[in-house]
Formats: sequence, structure tokens, C-alpha cells
Amino acid sequence: MTVFLTHNKMKLAFHTLRGGEGPNLLLLHGLGDQSPKAVPADVSGWPGSVYALDFTGHGESTMPGGGGYTAELLMGDADVALAMLGRATLLGRGLGGYVALLLAGARPESVRGAIIADGHGIAGGGDRPGPTVVRGVPERDTTPDPFALVELAADLRPAEYAEKFVALACAGSGLERPISVSAKSRPDWLKAIFLGQGVVEATLDEALRHYAANGTG
Amino acid sequence: MEVTIPEAVSYPGARRPDRHRWVGSFGVKLASCEWGGEDAPPLFLVHGGSDFAGTFDGFAPLLADAGWRVISWDHRGHGDSDHAALYSWDADVRDALAVLDSVTPDAVPVVAHSKGGGMMLQLAEALPRRMSKLVVIDGLPSPDPHPDVSDHEEHSLSAKNLAAWLDHRRTAASLHRKPGTLDELARRRKRMNPRLDDNWLRYLVTVGARHDPDGWRWKLDPAIRMGGFGPWQPGWSLGRMKSLEIPLLGLTATVEEEMGWGTKHQELIPYLPPGARLIPFEDTGHFIHIEHPRDVADLVLGFLS
Repeated sequence: MTVFLTHNKMKLAFHTLRGGEGPNLLLLHGLGDQSPKAVPADVSGWPGSVYALDFTGHGESTMPGGGGYTAELLMGDADVALAMLGRATLLGRGLGGYVALLLAGARPESVRGAIIADGHGIAGGGDRPGPTVVRGVPERDTTPDPFALVELAADLRPAEYAEKFVALACAGSGLERPISVSAKSRPDWLKAIFLGQGVVEATLDEALRHYAANGTG
Repeated sequence: MEVTIPEAVSYPGARRPDRHRWVGSFGVKLASCEWGGEDAPPLFLVHGGSDFAGTFDGFAPLLADAGWRVISWDHRGHGDSDHAALYSWDADVRDALAVLDSVTPDAVPVVAHSKGGGMMLQLAEALPRRMSKLVVIDGLPSPDPHPDVSDHEEHSLSAKNLAAWLDHRRTAASLHRKPGTLDELARRRKRMNPRLDDNWLRYLVTVGARHDPDGWRWKLDPAIRMGGFGPWQPGWSLGRMKSLEIPLLGLTATVEEEMGWGTKHQELIPYLPPGARLIPFEDTGHFIHIEHPRDVADLVLGFLS
């Protein structure tokens, strides 16, 4: 089932892949991707409900004109879904993994563990800015929004910025390990937080089992 | 509620633009305006955060009357421009380029205030041949982030502020600006512009607010909010300024105020590019060109000549 959530002027497609009792798992897709149509095999062992959100400019969600994408905006997208769910464990792939980290820091009481998995757009635009201006894109009204692809691939992710969100997640969640990394790729922001306080390496299956058992408190 | 239409508010020296036109920026409609002759050489004015092109109504005519075609625009979400779905610093820079491109492909002089200064520094770095000279009015980088660039820079990254920002996003779709009388809106703006003349602020209401049946409302998109955050670090801008290749004139305020940039004149000097000139305005707040339009216009005209 798909419903549309409102985030400012955007309508976001929010998919219930599996309803029912138990803890909530929210899937956040990678750059240029969209939500899966069914519960992916690698999360089928999750004991509760499984939801997925199409970010702005992706899947069935609004394609805004004129760009203006940031990872922080996408955190706002995910937060609207979190408001619907109350509490959830986040599984983010690629760009969605970075967004999951941000939201784990910003809503530590509601995010019951964030799992960063490999996927498109995990690196972002690196640690420091180059002087850039994207003059425009050749077409619009397609999904994913070309502006999303260009701007979110260049989105800055300084190591110290990512570290602050980990610290906020540690301070506010009450979880021993609010962040789990199943991704094998290591962009600089992920290197910086990797195996610091509150961040552990785990297979996806192990991380899901851990948060299913320990994330609801 | 009975609504009476106030008499047109005027202000000494203020003049509405001679022409208005729309500029498209990939789906976002920008309200652009011009003072001066259409055939005169173009000069661009860039406003700061939460402002609008009409805040140049006192300053722009002085430049136009000296022989320039002065062009400005309302940033997305500001003034009469579209309330966009998305806002970002980079999108504002792209919109600026769309306005420049709509006039000429040649290198042009730019005068920018506050956040507009930071935006145009980025544009000058990204496209070093697109700008011929740059004047920045209290908008050069500062170690202390300015409130109107808060969606861009890293600061206030506390649990409380992040939650407040997200709470705002959750309700942004249903937000409306609070209506009020012309005088009430002028008083509200006075909190952000405490040094500016009350009559000037009343004048600005008639330009930057719309008159609904239940009162005046600022046109600024209510989704735009101070107190955001982002990964940008002010030190980056400072460090990169030295490599700017075009002539730069910077004007700095000396009196701190709510919207003030907080730039310290002496602190900037080591970071200036070769040949740049930096002029502090004594006993002056953030809106230097509104407090001293004639002095600033003369400096700009001298710099451009």
C-alpha cells in the first residue's frame, strides 16, 4: 500500500511493504533509486513492519523544478515518515545510509538504530568544496530528477560534520551502538566515524537482529 | 474586519524600478527588475537573506542615474519570485546565474549585500570570467556565521536546534505569515533592522508584503526559516577568498545588530585577494547602503569607473 506524506510542497510516496505488529523498519533508498515494491530478501527476517520512502525527486514522490537538493532536505523527508511511525530502525542504502546517520543524530529518541549499507551515492561530494555552480540540467519531469542526481552526488559530507551526528545519536538514543555499518565502501565521512564510539561493523543480518532485539527500548 | 487601503507610502529618494520581467530558472520563476536605461551597461545588485530587490529602491536609482542599467531580482521564495519546493545555497547561485545569463553572456560588475555577497563570491570562483568587478556590502566571509546563511553553514548543531528545524519542516506546508497592519509589519521588521528609519520600513512593507483582505503579509515563503544548518564551514570561504581573480571592494559595518554579519574588519585583511580594498563604515550597521546610500553609491561608482 502506498500513501503520500506531505513535506512542505512535496508529496512523498510512503510504501507499506509489510504491515502488522512488531518494531518498524524504514528503508531509505540510494541516489537515483526508489523504494522496492516488496520486502527485499535480505531484510525478510525482520520481525515487524517494513516501510519504504521515496525521497523527493525519486520514485513516485514530487519532482520539484529548479533543484535545491541537500542531504539535510532528505533528512526532512525521512523525518516526515518517522513522524508517521513514531519509532523505527532505519536501513539506508548509499545516500540513504548517510541520511539515516543524520536522522539518527537529529531524532535520537525515535531512531532505534541506523544501518548504513552500500548503495548509490554513498560518497557524496567529498569533504571540501570545489567552486561549482550547476548551470542547469537538460531535462525535467523525469524520475529520478536530474537535479537530484547532480546535486546530491556533489553534496558535501565533511568528516567532522558526520562525527557530530554520531555524537548526538550516542548522547540521545540510549543505545550502545546507534549506528551499524554493513557497507564495504569507505568514503571519507564513513572512514571518520567508522568504529568510533557508537558505531560498529556488522553484517546486515546481524545488525537487523540486534536492533529488532535491542532497539525498542 | 473592515480593511482600509492605506495611501501609497513614499520615501525620500526611493524609486520603484523602471521595468519588471520574469526570468525562468529551470522551473522556478524569478521576479527581476531594472532601473535606468535599457541600453546602459548592466550592473547587478544582489540582496541578502530574507530581503528582496525592493530594498534597493533607495540605492539603485543613484547608480542608474549615473548611467548604469541596474538589474536585481527577488531570490527564490523572496519577494515576488516563486515559492519553490526546494531551497539551497547552490540553487540560489544557479538562479543568480540565470538572471545574469538573461541579460548578457559577458563579464559584468556585481554589487552584493550580506548573503548575496557570499553567493557571488562562489559564482566568481566557479566562473572566474563571468564577473568583471565585485562589491560586497557587509557580506564577506566571517568566522562567525551570519544568520541569513544558516541553511548553508555548520553551526548550532545541537539536538535542540536540529529537532526544532525538523519540527518546522513537518509543519511547513500549513504555515502562513501572520497578517497585520502596515505599521505592525514595519515594527516587526524593525526588530531585524533596528537602525533603519521607521518610514523606510513602512515603505518596505508596501513593496515586500502583500495586502490580503485580513491585513498585510510579508511575501517571504513561510517555509524559509532562520536557524537551519549545513555542512559548510565559514573558514573555507575565508581561505578561498585570496584566490579571487577579479577586483574586489568590501564594505564592512562597525555596529553589530541582529542581522549583522559580524565580520571584523581587521580579521579580514590577511585573507583579502591582491589589490582588494576594504572600507569600514564607522557607526554603521549591516545595511550600509540603506544608512548611507549616497556614500556607498559614490564608492561603487568610483570603483567601477
